Amino acid sequence: MPNEGIAPHFKTDFKSTRGALAGGVREAIGAPILVLGASYIGFGSLIRESGLGLGIGLFSTLTTWALPGQVASIELYAAGAALLPIFIAVALTNARMLPMTVTLMPVLRLPGHSRWKLYLAAHLVAVTGWAVSMLRCPNMPPEQRMSFFIGFAGTLLIGSMLGTAIGFFLSTLVPPAVSLGLVFVNPVYFMLIFLIDLRHRGRILALLFGGCLGPLFHFVTPTWGLLMSGVLAGILAFIADRAMRRRRG
Amino acid sequence: MADAWPLAVVVAGAVATYLWRALGVAMSGRLKANSPVVDLVGYTAFGLLAGLVTRMILLPIGPLQGTEVWVRLAATAVAAIVFFALRRNLLAGVLAGGGALALFAGLAPG
Repeated sequence: MPNEGIAPHFKTDFKSTRGALAGGVREAIGAPILVLGASYIGFGSLIRESGLGLGIGLFSTLTTWALPGQVASIELYAAGAALLPIFIAVALTNARMLPMTVTLMPVLRLPGHSRWKLYLAAHLVAVTGWAVSMLRCPNMPPEQRMSFFIGFAGTLLIGSMLGTAIGFFLSTLVPPAVSLGLVFVNPVYFMLIFLIDLRHRGRILALLFGGCLGPLFHFVTPTWGLLMSGVLAGILAFIADRAMRRRRG
Repeated sequence: MADAWPLAVVVAGAVATYLWRALGVAMSGRLKANSPVVDLVGYTAFGLLAGLVTRMILLPIGPLQGTEVWVRLAATAVAAIVFFALRRNLLAGVLAGGGALALFAGLAPG
């Protein structure tokens, strides 16, 4: 990025906010919507196999819009957990929305934006839209960034609701073995997300601790176990990472 | 269909998620992305999710209980192998994992 911070030369210029909105829609249609759609097909079939209705699945995708917490809430529901452990577990699972929103908003914000518009746009913040917008938006004129983000993330949300519905209906139409495969997409998707970037020591430690503690705590208490294993894994990873940092830098 | 309990579960999850986004808007520009608190929260989320993944593979709730554990582990391995063989292709890995489980479960019904 040779000109960044020196001259206001933007590598991507959609000419207008409407053009930026359309540009966001176009960039979402392709690999991003296929990957998310496939993972939400898994979620839709999980809804069905958990004995829930399509309305619940669509409502979850629309209002939560962060797959890990959605899967955790349905799994804890199936395990018979009460509302408090579900609330805390989803809050911890989706807590990354905080740093993501904190870092994205300064990129999107214009002095003219009203407060409520920012709070509305914040609902669209999720991993894919955040990562792409953090990469692409700084290269755009400031007044186009919010439109691009809304076009991109909004398209992904619509596609994910479509995926939820497709997965829900698909799991009844296909042979039982295939519907098992659709449900299995849920853990596989997150495992592969973890494997994308294995350079961060603290994160790897958290994955190892959590991966071992999760099933163990599930034996002790299926309803609180997930929450307890996550918190313990996070603290252990944090301490271990700091200790290793101090020893070897 | 509109059973109140699942709806309450989903609403609780949605509120728990949106609170972070709203807090993010309120705090934007004031929280450093690599502060120790953000690290700790991130590790907790990773640990919780990793625990959910291994639990869903080793001790599934629901229909996957009907499959053998080796079927689930073999399908997991296929997903990882395809993912890395195709330069970390997420879509291919997910399809391979789901497809392998369907295939193995079809061959060896539990």
